Amino acid sequence: MMKTYGQIVLPGDRLDSRVEAERPFVTEVGQEKVATVLGMISQREGKGFFVPLKSIYVPKPGDIVIGLVEAVAATSWNVDINSPYSALLYAQDFLGRSFNPSTDDLYQILKPGEYLKARIFAFDKTRSPLLTVQGEGLGKLIKGAVIDVPPAKIPRIIGKKRSMTALVEEKTGCSLFPATNGRVHVDCPSPELEAVAIMAIKLIEREAHIPGLTERVANFIEEERRRKGI
Amino acid sequence: MSVTPFKLPVVPALKRQSYLNLYKRGVREDGRSIRAPRQLEIKVGVLEKAEGSALVRLGNTQVLAGVKVEATSPFKDTPNQGVLVVHAENVPLASPMFEPGPPDENAIELARVIDRSLREVRAVDLEALVLRPGEKVWNVWVDVYVLDHDGNLFDASMLATMAALLSTELPDFEELETGEVVVKRGTKGRRLKVDHSVVTVTTAKVGNYIIVDPNFEEEVISDYRLVLSFDENLRIVGAQKTGSGGMRAEELQEAIKVSKEASQIYFKALEQVRGGGK
Amino acid sequence: MKAKVGIDERGLRHDGRRPDEMRPVSMRVGVLANASGSAMVEFGKTKVLAAVYGPREPTQRFMVLPEKAILRVRYHMAPFSTAERKNPAPSRREVELSKVIREALEDVIITSEYPRTVIDVFVEVLQADGGTRAAGITAASLALADAGLPMKALVGSVAVGKISGTLVLDVDETEDSAGEADMPVAAAPDLGLITLFQLNGVLTEEEVNRGLSMALKAIEQLVAMQKSVLRQSYEVVEE
Repeated sequence: MMKTYGQIVLPGDRLDSRVEAERPFVTEVGQEKVATVLGMISQREGKGFFVPLKSIYVPKPGDIVIGLVEAVAATSWNVDINSPYSALLYAQDFLGRSFNPSTDDLYQILKPGEYLKARIFAFDKTRSPLLTVQGEGLGKLIKGAVIDVPPAKIPRIIGKKRSMTALVEEKTGCSLFPATNGRVHVDCPSPELEAVAIMAIKLIEREAHIPGLTERVANFIEEERRRKGI
Repeated sequence: MSVTPFKLPVVPALKRQSYLNLYKRGVREDGRSIRAPRQLEIKVGVLEKAEGSALVRLGNTQVLAGVKVEATSPFKDTPNQGVLVVHAENVPLASPMFEPGPPDENAIELARVIDRSLREVRAVDLEALVLRPGEKVWNVWVDVYVLDHDGNLFDASMLATMAALLSTELPDFEELETGEVVVKRGTKGRRLKVDHSVVTVTTAKVGNYIIVDPNFEEEVISDYRLVLSFDENLRIVGAQKTGSGGMRAEELQEAIKVSKEASQIYFKALEQVRGGGK
Repeated sequence: MKAKVGIDERGLRHDGRRPDEMRPVSMRVGVLANASGSAMVEFGKTKVLAAVYGPREPTQRFMVLPEKAILRVRYHMAPFSTAERKNPAPSRREVELSKVIREALEDVIITSEYPRTVIDVFVEVLQADGGTRAAGITAASLALADAGLPMKALVGSVAVGKISGTLVLDVDETEDSAGEADMPVAAAPDLGLITLFQLNGVLTEEEVNRGLSMALKAIEQLVAMQKSVLRQSYEVVEE
């Protein structure tokens, strides 16, 4: 059996009170700290951290997400952000000016099925999250591919100080943007390299909790490129 | 599809606290003990067209039960037994929460808990309901009508069902040459053979207390309710936890003790119905 | 007929089990691609599939609560799950079981994390041989954990029956139809809470307490198995 980074814990398991963990991944039952999702206790510098292996994306203001346009409304778009809550993007925000219903055709600007990169502007669970595309690098995604992964795996795809993303970029020549809501945008020089980058991301997703990941990913990409002659 | 109730009325937090303060002293709003049911009144024979009927008042809760019988074919696997069916309706006039339409999950649960409690202990002698073996039997329908909902529909409906069954008289019938059975409505012949008395006792867990016979507000603030069915020998002939709160094993043991005791009040009331009818 | 289903002179049941023995249990998670979480649980010949969708915004906008997610549960038997074809329209039994299964799960899910949403749990009985609600709750709890919904604990369930005067664990259909009592129990052992409790049949107070202990002991083992199945979904066998 391959070893995982830490001990796997399950909903209902009691945790050492010193383990650092965020809600809702832990809760208190009586006086005790209890895990609420499947996760792992990871040791770093003598401290235990709870790392969820399952999570549901709940928007936080400031998060950069990749959204999928679901529907066009009168003055806004409904955007699926892989969350229990569907988001709104106002036409005025996208256009960067006031919206004129007689001359602006929202359907021509962003169609259902198109992806965009946006920032969560506001969200407090009482109303739909609001998106903004005002900011560098935000807006409609016009090329590349978007891969869905469980949101809990995004931190591993990014790696410490973006190390894992940088590794995949360097070895494939693609550019990667892993968004916190569980979507990764890849933009590659060729469809063949795109296929390799996607396979590498899927490998990270599958084996995120097993040590030696960086090396396996590097070897995997090199081997794939050698085998396919790209 | 069962859905988390999302239209329950709000019970003010202060009201909840005042209930808990009372329980601490072992009493309820109306002065009775936390272990005693509300004022109970049972009237039988309140309807003329039904073969049996009863109106039960338990505090402000009112339930009417009517029994109708029909000649029918027996089930294939029980050719020498009559059929007993319990059905419950939460009539919209009984509560602002009830809506017109087919029975919802609460009405279905109510009817099924009553039905099971009667069936398993064979409260009604189904073998005495055969008109022509293998061919014609009585189908006894008990229709429970909730008229005013102030909590504890289980106990009130079970009492109404039992009382209505105890008051039921089967009509005369005529067998035609074709084999058909014609019921002579309005005639009164034999009394329905009821072998066992069954009652349910509902307790509710509110705060750290187990209280008997909750009213509607007490139901709303409770974690769960436990419905325990007993026969006259105090055997447990059915049980149902209702509501989403979790129950500890010790709470079940306490509820059984408390409920057995409270059942005596219900049994006594049913005895009076039985005695009065003879 | 009854004698055949009872307890024989060696103290064994019609299928050779001891009174406190469950049928072979099998559990799998992540068996459906579309669902947020899914699981398949088998108790002997009983096979139940559970799927979770959500939390998601409801299509009916009025069906929300401002402080927590709403849980919707449907227990349903496939038409081919029984000896005689079962009419697929929901029966009164299925309506009641959907309710008690919802109540058995509702309080362990931390629904306050997802106000204004619904969580759908679909329980489909593919083959019914007794204990379908118990297998269904066990599967639904696994599917919820597989979906990543935060839960205070996992829930397992089993029924205790009474056959020829003896209390027995995990009654199958043959025993159920000949038995004197059927007492389904669901519990969250990590919380020490019973989340479903029903009795259909006649028992003494002592039998209820003894039956409950039998059920709770078995549920502890079921929850340990749920955990090991979930853990295994994250352990990779070395090639």
